Amino acid sequence: MLRVIVFAPLLGAIILGLFGKRLSERIIALIACSSIAVSTIAAFAAFAKLLAQQPDSAGVRRISDTLFTWIQVGAFRADFAFMLDPLSGVMILFVTGVGLLIHIFATAYMSGEDSYYRFFTYLNLFMFMMITLVLADNYLMMFVGWEGVGLCSYLLIGYYFLRDYANDAAKKAFIVNRIGDFGFALGVMLIFYHFNTISFIDKTGIASVFTLAANKPIEDLASTALFAGGLTTIAILLFIGATGKSAQIPLYVWLPDAMAGPTPVSALIHAATMVTAGVYMIVRSNMIFGKAPMALTIVAVVGALTAFFAATIGIAQWNIKKVLAYSTVSQLGYMFLACGAGAFGPAFFHVVTHAFFKALLFLGSGSVIHAMHHNEDMRTMGGLSKYLKITFATMGAGTLAIAGFPLLSGFFSKDEILWKVRSSTVLPGSLGTILWLLGLLTAAITAIYMTRMMVITFFGEERFRNAHHDDHGHSGHDDHKAHDDKHGHDSHGGHGGNPHESPLAMTIPLIVLAILSVVGGFMGVPEGLAEKFLPHSLHHYTHSFYAFLQPVISVPVIAGNGGEALAKDHGAELVSTILSSIVALVAIGIGYLVFRGKPLMQMPAFLENKYFIDEIYDAVIVNPLKAISTTGLWKFVDVVIIDGSVNGLAKLVNLTGSGLRYLQPGITRLYAAFIFGGAVFVIGWFFYVVVNR
Amino acid sequence: MVPLSWYLALSAVLFTIGAVGVFVKRNVISIFMCIELMLNAVNLTLIAFSSYYREISGQLFVFIVMTVAAAEAGVGLALVIAVFRNRQSLDADDANLLKL
Repeated sequence: MLRVIVFAPLLGAIILGLFGKRLSERIIALIACSSIAVSTIAAFAAFAKLLAQQPDSAGVRRISDTLFTWIQVGAFRADFAFMLDPLSGVMILFVTGVGLLIHIFATAYMSGEDSYYRFFTYLNLFMFMMITLVLADNYLMMFVGWEGVGLCSYLLIGYYFLRDYANDAAKKAFIVNRIGDFGFALGVMLIFYHFNTISFIDKTGIASVFTLAANKPIEDLASTALFAGGLTTIAILLFIGATGKSAQIPLYVWLPDAMAGPTPVSALIHAATMVTAGVYMIVRSNMIFGKAPMALTIVAVVGALTAFFAATIGIAQWNIKKVLAYSTVSQLGYMFLACGAGAFGPAFFHVVTHAFFKALLFLGSGSVIHAMHHNEDMRTMGGLSKYLKITFATMGAGTLAIAGFPLLSGFFSKDEILWKVRSSTVLPGSLGTILWLLGLLTAAITAIYMTRMMVITFFGEERFRNAHHDDHGHSGHDDHKAHDDKHGHDSHGGHGGNPHESPLAMTIPLIVLAILSVVGGFMGVPEGLAEKFLPHSLHHYTHSFYAFLQPVISVPVIAGNGGEALAKDHGAELVSTILSSIVALVAIGIGYLVFRGKPLMQMPAFLENKYFIDEIYDAVIVNPLKAISTTGLWKFVDVVIIDGSVNGLAKLVNLTGSGLRYLQPGITRLYAAFIFGGAVFVIGWFFYVVVNR
Repeated sequence: MVPLSWYLALSAVLFTIGAVGVFVKRNVISIFMCIELMLNAVNLTLIAFSSYYREISGQLFVFIVMTVAAAEAGVGLALVIAVFRNRQSLDADDANLLKL
């Protein structure tokens, strides 16, 4: 019954792929959205069934659906099977739900494109792969979905395949992803080596990796543990896979370039679902990570650094989608920071709330871009709040949510992360406090750049009216490739009309997501706050998120870190919450005041140029590799050695033949002479033998 | 008595002349004559041994060899005529189509 959730989008993709070319836009939209709608309804139905289920002895609820045993070689068994437990259940709800909203949005946004059907084929295919990833019940199935979403990301980023920039971005995304996937695959192999199983759950014949891992001792907090081949090594390898898929340092570079794809793609893949797959995988593997403190420390540090680093870049970008892309990288950093601090529940909660508000922000930016006739440069926007009222309101809600405005969804999730980092039971010494401060700083920067984005786009002077002609040159500075190729229609109010609000198919998803961004946080209110502020009857609901996930997620405790005491101190938690609220509000205020006055204020060049990281990678990694490949591998190994030996062999045969052909020149007397000579030789041989007998 | 070795020497010389002639001579008729020469040299050897050791089988074998030589000359000349009809030449070098 879980298979309906998985295969409905596949069916949609197949139908659209085979027949889409001949179908009208309306039918294509209908097929695409209804396949996802079927998935969504099935997901909710399955979730309801899960809720109704009695937890078993370990407190676990689960629905399984096994199709067949895919591979069985010795002890290695990977079933083609799906599993719904609290973690995958919540994930599948928002993946299908947000996916559906984005599909509906895209039916209007992509209207008029050539190969409309191709877009929805790939989008449905993506949903199939993503759902496979989420519902997988073993690491191999997850890897199938993992690779599949990478493929679909490539296909969708390169949707406008006639543009070099889009093709390059698609290749970059796929290749950088693959580097991470290598780490992930190694991790899975090492898991099998250790546990002789790769299944998430106990089944007849194979055990669950996690129940086995739970019995292993906690490894040392030492860098030697990283290479020892134990749980820490596994965890780090899995994390490398996550850095590729979820755009952390050092493999985040593909995500900003991926904005070359259509905006619904950016919303679905690079905000709400695919990039969170890395976090999902780590949360799923929390048992393994819980025994590997060194790995957790590294995850936390990388996450925090990425969050800060990306935020500083985001504040200097002019392309509206790039701001959101770096914002995504930054928020993903928060999720990894939480995982590293042992707070897997809050990390996953942030995944959910982030899906809401980031999808909202991307779709909203799509609405803006649509109104601006596919111009993405904020320098030629401004004053749009008058014209795009719904977009403005919903994006405003999203911005407040991501900035951590009190009581919105982002506030609860981010705040919980910050608190859990501070009171971490896993991170050594004062690392928890340091990372907490870094996280707080990043939150401030987040609020500032998001407010900047809103202010530049929606307030102030309507710069799009005077931007006809220098448009090309101007936007040429900042990522000139970021343009869609509808060049003729670049932003101008001059061609008569004012920007107009988007059609219903685009605004309704915005409204739904805005509502979710605002109230979605109330299912994950931390106990400390709930106790103080809410009537007791509501406690059950507000803490429902964490309680529901509890059987699947363990909270690792590494003795002696002192975090345990702090974690129970509700007073300190309240102080932390108030502090982060103040930071958020002050930062929003700063953003508004600074950029309202000077929207086009120039940001530091090295931030705008993203610390020249792409250029550094080019110089240090890409170009040397290209040089080695061209000069070394191609010109030498391939041309000289391989071609040389093959050609040389041919030449040898040729020469031999040329030599041997003189045996048959057609001169009959020569043949007679050979016969005679042969006879003489044979007789002479016999004489020789007889004489020497 | 003429010593046996002289007969054998003569026979060897005749054989060698015939053999060399087979692949030195251009004219196919000459080649055939040289073949006959070789055959007769062998005949001479056989007679010499037969006379020396007073064995009749040597002479018997000579009869057979002569018969075969005659038959072979007949067939060979027929072949020469066939080739001549095609190549219009009695030069052995002109029958050079069997080549690479």
